[in-house]
Amino acid sequence: MVETIDHDVVIVGSGLAGLRAAVEVLSRSKSVRSLAVVSKLALMRSHSVSAEGGTAAVLYPDDGDSLELHAWDTIKGSDFLADQDTVWKFVNLCPVEIRQMERWGCPWSRKDDGRIAQRPFGGHSYNRATFAQDKVGFFEMRALYDKLQEHQNWARYDEVFVTSIVIENGVFKGFTAIELKTGKFLFFRARAGIIATGGAGQIWKFTATSVSTTGDGIGLAYRAGLPIEDMEFMQFHPTGLFPTGVLITEGARGEGGYLVNNKGERFMEKYAPSKMELAPRDIVSRSMIKEINEGRGFNDDESGLSYLHLDLRHLGKEKIDSKLPFIKELSMKFIGVDPVEEPIRIKPTAHYTMGGVRVDVDGRVLDADAKPVKGLWSAGESACVSIHGANRLGANSTAECLVYGRIVGQGIAAYLDSSDSPIADADTSRLAAEENRVFGELFRNETADADVYQVKAKLREVMDKDVYVFRDEAGLSEAVREIEELKRAFQKVRVTDGGRVFNYNLQDVLEVGIMLELAEVVARGALNRKESRGGHSRTDYPSRDDTNWLKHTLALRTPDGPSFSFAPVTITLWKPVERKY
Amino acid sequence: MDKVTLKIVRTGGKEASYELKYKKGMTVLDALTEVREKQDSALGYRHSCRMGICGSCGMTIEGLPRLACQTQVSSLNTDTIGIEPLHNMAVIRDLVVDLGPFFGFHTSVNPYLVRKDIQERDSADREYRMLQSEVNRFLQFDYCIMCGLCYAACPTAALDPMYTGPQAIAQAYRYMADPRDEGWKQRVDLLDTAHGLWRCHTAGACSFVCPKDVDPAKAIQLARMEVLKARVLRRKERGGSQLVPPVTTPAKQGVKAPPFDFQGGTEK
Repeated sequence: MVETIDHDVVIVGSGLAGLRAAVEVLSRSKSVRSLAVVSKLALMRSHSVSAEGGTAAVLYPDDGDSLELHAWDTIKGSDFLADQDTVWKFVNLCPVEIRQMERWGCPWSRKDDGRIAQRPFGGHSYNRATFAQDKVGFFEMRALYDKLQEHQNWARYDEVFVTSIVIENGVFKGFTAIELKTGKFLFFRARAGIIATGGAGQIWKFTATSVSTTGDGIGLAYRAGLPIEDMEFMQFHPTGLFPTGVLITEGARGEGGYLVNNKGERFMEKYAPSKMELAPRDIVSRSMIKEINEGRGFNDDESGLSYLHLDLRHLGKEKIDSKLPFIKELSMKFIGVDPVEEPIRIKPTAHYTMGGVRVDVDGRVLDADAKPVKGLWSAGESACVSIHGANRLGANSTAECLVYGRIVGQGIAAYLDSSDSPIADADTSRLAAEENRVFGELFRNETADADVYQVKAKLREVMDKDVYVFRDEAGLSEAVREIEELKRAFQKVRVTDGGRVFNYNLQDVLEVGIMLELAEVVARGALNRKESRGGHSRTDYPSRDDTNWLKHTLALRTPDGPSFSFAPVTITLWKPVERKY
Repeated sequence: MDKVTLKIVRTGGKEASYELKYKKGMTVLDALTEVREKQDSALGYRHSCRMGICGSCGMTIEGLPRLACQTQVSSLNTDTIGIEPLHNMAVIRDLVVDLGPFFGFHTSVNPYLVRKDIQERDSADREYRMLQSEVNRFLQFDYCIMCGLCYAACPTAALDPMYTGPQAIAQAYRYMADPRDEGWKQRVDLLDTAHGLWRCHTAGACSFVCPKDVDPAKAIQLARMEVLKARVLRRKERGGSQLVPPVTTPAKQGVKAPPFDFQGGTEK
């Protein structure tokens, strides 16, 4: 039985972008009667809480920073794949959002005169990473969650897993979902929807992302026949805590931390002499892997992997305690190392999905003909607007979530206020088919021939091995072959937990199905792109090729896997030049 | 230690036992994940961030409410680990409990910045002035990740299901101590109730189990001081901080972006 629930707006995802959009719609729209925030986690459990180092914004231009400089840093950092009109819109709204968060309670760290403090960050030419200690995403989430408690006409659907996006004739109709607490199959019928489900970092094994970061929204858009963009560009953050991969903020280097190899050298001197440890992340990660490959890493006998050192000792206890307390806590609790006394063990970790659902400059989801789907938006890491192009600068992601949460919220408020189209019915046979896919086929009473957790583990191994910081033809072809094999094995996977209430095994199976499809798009897209740009680095094509590859990759789903096409990059401010630091 | 055994209280109170190989650095969450992936796909527990910041994996481990992700197996000094759901909450499945009422208490104390001038709060172009020393007065209480461990440990919550609880009172105090907030009086009234902050008898269990050092017991004592200021000293209200003045410092010489190549630079 499909149970239908009506709301004017349904937001899928309760991270920064989702909550920011919710607040914006509720405070802007005159006609919104009900809004739903649907999350497969409880609110406040989203991965946004793990964001640590900062949110970029030009707060005090009179001190010497400028919007032009933030835009230039972002575009240069993107290796010129960012859409420049979007970047310009973005940098203009960053300072507005920082102050808005402040006036909703965010405890930004302060300068002596009571203004907001900022720290240096990789690839930024000015100290513009606004911070609240080293828990920026967490405090922003708290402020937004708390702000939402002031509003009345919204409902939260905690632990409700969305299984498909319903679009008919170019019009968004709603989302289908499973309520984990009851096992009920739901159809959220709505006038407007937002996909704000975050990235897909869990496709990799060594990753900074939370277990929930499985790219659901991107995968569901892809399955709904919508193009997904630039998925081959994955950011590997230089400092993942070894051996779990969780994040040690770039703020640790922003505050003056050193990266050191087994010879005790600050090796970034060789690769980015002017920026050193604060070069953009793609460059630092490549430099680190080079050091490790050339034998200057430290070896871990247990895992057989190598790591490097992040040395904070010279910062002193007082600075570490006041500016980086969470880093100290993580390091002490997870590897038993006090950064005041010893260097932290680190290795590049899968971190941020630059690609995502293709949207226009206002966050409206675009279909295969580049026309907006009526009533559907996407914001945050799940969307590819594209501000970050081939490589995101640190502190620009939380900024994007806030700015685009706002923009999308305003877009929806205007949409609701200007049209009185009622919530419309969807084709019931399609809803029933989706229910049957989830509860019928997967639960089919036969012995499973393949184990979902083995498929997942193998996938993540393949991605770590062949679709990591450096890539080449042989490795990527092998990855594509292995993923195809895993997709076939996945056909034989069944849900082994027979219960309806909190069936996490069912959720795991649904997630792995999406992860496999996204991994295929990533690997095939990477195999296609015969150049090195930002986070995509091919040892067999080591330079950037603007003649052939200054373009976005678009992937559309077909029964035989993704079919690729390309879209031009919007260049309005600066022509691409060589990227040097 | 080569092996470790998890004894888990499942739905309905039955205990299940799982034996697995111990690995160096293994957390209780690692062990649970291994059980679900290799031995029993039907084991219910929540988890997400793996780094002690999302608040999902609260459970009773060896008799104390803890986060599974940051509890090292080796720290428990036993090779047989007893795990139960959090107390003071209804069990839904295995280690999954209903946090709904707990979230409701948080909402009940108006946990947001209250200002008389809402227009200014929601649209001013400058921030409120605040010194770091003022931030530090409430920062510790803002570390709360809403994991529910304090509530599960609270002896008062065990006896009075309507008790506002340590988490929510600490959050009310977080806003009372915020120099930007103007909702002091309404929060005094929300806390000074039959099931409010006077119910606490200062066992301190909340602060003992808090994984983020929020120290709710201290917040409750400080909140009581605020209520006394209202009831005994008859204080009526407390004003909030003002916006910072516009920047007037002279511009410094900074790094400049290259000039635009195109006729761009304006919002399209």
